[in-house]
Amino acid sequence: MKKIIETQGLTRTFGAFTAVDAISFDVYEGEIFGFLGANGAGKTTAMKMLSGLLAPSGGSATVVGFDVKTQSEDIKKQIGYMSQRFSLYEDLTVLENIHLFGSIYGLKKAELAQKAEVLLEQLEFTDQRNTLVGDLPLGWKQKLSFSVAMLHEPRLVFLDEPTGGVDPITRRQFWEMIYAAAHKGATVFVTTHYMDEAEYCDRVSIMVDGKIAALDTPHNLKRQFNAPDMNDVFLQLAATSVARAGF
Amino acid sequence: MITVQNISKTYNKGAVKALDNINLEIQRGELFGLIGPDGAGKTTLFRILATLLVPDQGTATVNGADVVRDYKAIRRTIGYMPGRFSLYPDLTILENLEFYAAVFGTTIAENYAQIKPIYSQIEPFKHRRAGQLSGGMKQKLALSCALVHQPDVLLLDEPTTGVDPVSRQEFWDMLQLLQKTGLTIVVSTPYMDEADRCDRIGLIQKGKMMSVNTPQGITSGYQPDLYAVRSSNMYQLITDLRQLDGISTCYAFGEDAHVSVASNSGLNAPAMEAFLKQKAHNNIQITPIAASIEDCFIELMR
Repeated sequence: MKKIIETQGLTRTFGAFTAVDAISFDVYEGEIFGFLGANGAGKTTAMKMLSGLLAPSGGSATVVGFDVKTQSEDIKKQIGYMSQRFSLYEDLTVLENIHLFGSIYGLKKAELAQKAEVLLEQLEFTDQRNTLVGDLPLGWKQKLSFSVAMLHEPRLVFLDEPTGGVDPITRRQFWEMIYAAAHKGATVFVTTHYMDEAEYCDRVSIMVDGKIAALDTPHNLKRQFNAPDMNDVFLQLAATSVARAGF
Repeated sequence: MITVQNISKTYNKGAVKALDNINLEIQRGELFGLIGPDGAGKTTLFRILATLLVPDQGTATVNGADVVRDYKAIRRTIGYMPGRFSLYPDLTILENLEFYAAVFGTTIAENYAQIKPIYSQIEPFKHRRAGQLSGGMKQKLALSCALVHQPDVLLLDEPTTGVDPVSRQEFWDMLQLLQKTGLTIVVSTPYMDEADRCDRIGLIQKGKMMSVNTPQGITSGYQPDLYAVRSSNMYQLITDLRQLDGISTCYAFGEDAHVSVASNSGLNAPAMEAFLKQKAHNNIQITPIAASIEDCFIELMR
C-alpha cells in the first residue's frame, strides 16, 4: 500500500512544553484513519503540522509527497480540511460558499458551476442554494462543509471533530459520506470524541501526552487491551497520562 | 422544584421556532438531563429558566418563583454555567472565584464547604490565570463559581461538549457528588451515552420535547424489534439492508449496524440472514438486542 502521510520523530515544542513528542507513523492511501486523544494530548498541534499550518520543531514528515517543513504551500493545495469551529461563512449563502471555496482552490468557472450543481443534488440542497449558511442546522452545515472541502477532489482530507453536537441520524449520514469518499479513493484523517465513530475507522491512533500510545485496527486494539469497545480502550490509555495526574 | 408549562419561544420575528410548547417538571434533588443535538432548543430553555430570556408564551417557575415576575429571587437561587467558558481569562482562579462570591455579597470562606468537593481539586493552582488552564480545570473553576453563592439549583448548559471521554466521566462523577449535597441539577448534553448518569431525562429535538422519563423507562418503551447486524463489509451491509422490505431504519452503531423492524412486518433474523447471504456477505452475525437511548432518539426523530 502507498503511504500518503509519513512522519519520523515529528516534534513540536512551545517554550518548555512539548506538545507533540517525536511521533512516527504512516497513513496509507484510501484509508479512514482515526486520530484520537484526550483534550490537550497534542492532536491539534500534530494536525496543524501535517496540514502545513505549523512548522515542526524537530523530526520530519511528508504529506501527499511534500515535506511539511519546506513545501507547506504545496501541501495546502493538495489537501482538504474542515473543522467544527470554522468551516463556512455564515453570512454567505450555500451557493456563495461553494463558489468562494471552489475559486480559492483554483477551480475554473465552468467546472465549478457544474460541480456545484452535482454537490447540491447529492446533498438534496437544491432548494437551499440561496439560504444563508448561518440559517442551516448544524448537521447540514457540516455535511455542506465536508462537500466543500472535497470540491477540488483532494487525495487527503483532514476532519477535525466534524460531528460534535450533531444529531444521531445526521451524524451517521455524515459518516456515510466519509465512507463514500474513501470508497472513491480519498484518504480521510479524522478526529472525534464519539468512540462509536472510532469503530468506523480502518485504523486508529490514540495520543497520550504528546506521544502515540497505540495504533492499530479497532479490532486489534480491543484485543490488545482486552476491552469490549473503543471507549474502554480510550479510557485505559488516557488513565496512563502523566500530564493528567497533574490535576 | 422547576415547572415549565406550555413554554414557546421564537427568534427572528417568529421565523425560528426555538421552543414549541414545552412542558416539564423537575423534582427537588433530582439530576435531570436534557438531551438533544445542537439547535434542539436546550440553551433557550436554560436561558428562560435562568431569567435571561423572556418566553413568548407559557410560564415557568423555579422553587415557586416565576421566571418573569420574580426574576431577582431566582437569580439568587440558581447557579448557571453557560455553554461557553465565561470566566475572566486575565484573572486567576482565586480572583475569579472571589469576584463571583462578591457579586452575590458573600465570600469564599463562608461557602467553602459547598464548593470544596470541586474547588479543592484546583486550589493548588489558585494563582494561575483562568486563560491558561486546561479544559478540565476550566470546567472545575466554572462549576466552583456557579456554586459559590450556595444555590439550590444548578443549571449546566452542555458542560461536556467537545470534552474527551475521560474528562466527561470525571465531570459526571462530580455531578453525582454534588447531587448528594441536596442540589437539584439540570444538565444538557448532546451525548446520548450520558443519559444513564441521570435520574430522569428529556429528549429534545427541533424545539419539541419528544419524551420525558427515566432512562430505563425510555428504553423499555421502544416499540420495534431491534437487531445488531455484522458482516465483513459495513458500508455495503448498510447499503444492502436498506433495500430490504420490512426494515424501518438501519444505521451504524460502532461495530454493528442497528436494524429496526416493525414487529408486525413479518421480517425476522433468518430471513435477514438469507437475504445477506444472497448479497454475498461474509461472517454474518444477527443478534436481537435491547434499545439504547440513541436508538430511541432516532426512532422518536422519525
